Amino acid sequence: MSATTNIEPQGGEPASPPSPGRGRGDGAIGAVLRLAALSAWSRRLTLGLTLVAIALAVTLLLAVERLRVDARQSFTQSVSGVDLVVGARTGSVQLMLYAVFHAGAANNGIAWDSYRAIATHPAVDWALPLALGDSHRGFPVLGTSADYFRLFRHGESEALKFADGQPFAGTFEAVLGSEVARRLGYRKGDTITLNHGPGELGPAHGDKPFRVAGILAPTGTPVDRTVHVSLESISALHLDWIGGAPVPGLSIPAELVAKFDLQPKQITAALVGLKQRGDVFRMQRFVNQYRGEPLLAVLPGVALDELWASIAMMERTLLAVSALVVLVGLAGLAATLLAGLNERRRELAILRALGAGPGDMFLMLTAEGVLVTTAGALLGLVLLTIGSSLAAPWLLDRLGVVLGTRWPGPEELALIGAVIATGLVASLIPGWRAWRMSLADGLTPKL
Amino acid sequence: MTALRITDLVFRWPRQAACLDIQGFELAAGERVFLHGASGSGKSTLLGLLGGVALPQAGRIELLGTDITRLSSRARDRFRADHIGFLFQQFNLLPWLPAIDNVLLPCTFSARRRERAGADPRAEAERMLRHLDLQPESWRKPAGELSVGQQQRVAAARALIGRPEILIADEPTSALDAERQQVFIDLLLQESAAVGAALVFVSHDQRLAGHFDRSVALHEINTAATESVT
Repeated sequence: MSATTNIEPQGGEPASPPSPGRGRGDGAIGAVLRLAALSAWSRRLTLGLTLVAIALAVTLLLAVERLRVDARQSFTQSVSGVDLVVGARTGSVQLMLYAVFHAGAANNGIAWDSYRAIATHPAVDWALPLALGDSHRGFPVLGTSADYFRLFRHGESEALKFADGQPFAGTFEAVLGSEVARRLGYRKGDTITLNHGPGELGPAHGDKPFRVAGILAPTGTPVDRTVHVSLESISALHLDWIGGAPVPGLSIPAELVAKFDLQPKQITAALVGLKQRGDVFRMQRFVNQYRGEPLLAVLPGVALDELWASIAMMERTLLAVSALVVLVGLAGLAATLLAGLNERRRELAILRALGAGPGDMFLMLTAEGVLVTTAGALLGLVLLTIGSSLAAPWLLDRLGVVLGTRWPGPEELALIGAVIATGLVASLIPGWRAWRMSLADGLTPKL
Repeated sequence: MTALRITDLVFRWPRQAACLDIQGFELAAGERVFLHGASGSGKSTLLGLLGGVALPQAGRIELLGTDITRLSSRARDRFRADHIGFLFQQFNLLPWLPAIDNVLLPCTFSARRRERAGADPRAEAERMLRHLDLQPESWRKPAGELSVGQQQRVAAARALIGRPEILIADEPTSALDAERQQVFIDLLLQESAAVGAALVFVSHDQRLAGHFDRSVALHEINTAATESVT
């Protein structure tokens, strides 16, 4: 039998079919990946810590992104069908913040006459007066007209619904947002008292309690956190007050307020709906040039865009910082895998002796990195879901932001994909090292 | 046919004098040879050359009629996996892998060994382990949890599965006492005969030579000066 370069043996043994000319060894990818998984499991402590670091970084990244998207969505959904928000002259973002989100305080109000002039303008379909300033156990109190429950729209043009009861009718009746009722355990017919000013430290209007006339269904907007009363109630509360404090020695009992003129002299802001949207700039000009007093009318969409533009820089910075945290996590992964390579030289040499090619080594190391990254990203998603459901009530309370518990949206999936792709790139380095090492070490590891 | 033929082989590590210079060495198919070498005599280097992980500067290494020095690195890797069973001094089992999966590793990386292990390689691995007196309850245990004797038998099964034509054993009995060395060598001879493999048994312990068809001292066939050998 002559010498041959054919690698198949000569003789009676059946020759195996020619192997496809792959760069890797003959190891089926599934079998190699199974080995990689078992090997990773044997080093689960170090890899587990790396995985947790990646998971936390991914949680941070996704939380920043989700907060950004959800904040925008809840702000945008808070006001629907309103063409103009009118208030005393101030910044448009500030006006939006206190008129719609009941955050911050107005420095000035609108005279009732000015409000009437706007409300009766021929282009105006409807107008809702808003009087803010009082609070109930940290929740803002909104004085408005009973039309509010008929006209106010949120989300995709949805009307307010009552979970229980009906709009306020009498002077000392209140309608609670769902969150107020839920958090404080109120039911229809309960009695509540209001505080002057925001927070619980202001002087109390304890002498004039309110009866809960109705409770609204949840909307996912600041309405849920608001106590609604009539404008007349607000006037009645302050009959015996001057300049933000009770007048000493003067006390007008609740039974007698009906004898007074409760027509408000001033309101905080107004929401305006037009007969035709095309009139919006004409109407805005009318308000902004109103002769009686300096007023401001803003288009909610435009004002929100301004708000987003003003915080875009901060958002981008936050996102960049969390992206850096993810990179740190993945660099840690690459470092762990590289450090582990020295302990695993023996393992890799054994596999090489048994026929694993450098390609198999590369596959094993890279698969391990991708496995850890993917598991970390998934764990991050789980942590985000748990964390956001824990933080959601707080965010709704403090910021009026509705944080949804939901499947990751396209942006979040893209972020997760980017994390896994970066994890793959980070694992290429140890993969390449393993490949080089297995070539250099041969059958016996040089230790 | 010959299992192994070395012709005019010269090998030196970078920047060192030649450590191996072998004019000729042959091993017939199925032949069992004891290769004696003191430590530092170039044994490991020779095994690396036979395994195809190092290339000689000159000469030919024919395994089963194929000159592996003319194959690409990838083809040498595959040739080794397909035709050579290795049995190492340290057994070189993967400690975290169950014993039976350690045995099956050559079938994972070599299609040829897989085919030659029969229709069901796992059943073949179990048959071999049972034949080597390893109790079924230890098959699923990670290899690192087995006793030295058990590990050695797992390593032997791994080297023999898929009936490789050549079995290379590098000091596989150095961890055993004399009596168990005896038993293990008998087992190895018997098993390599059963699969029809040629056996190169490398050891520094000349007392073991008696069991083999032939005994060769590495310093007899290697004419290179030995003082520079690592």
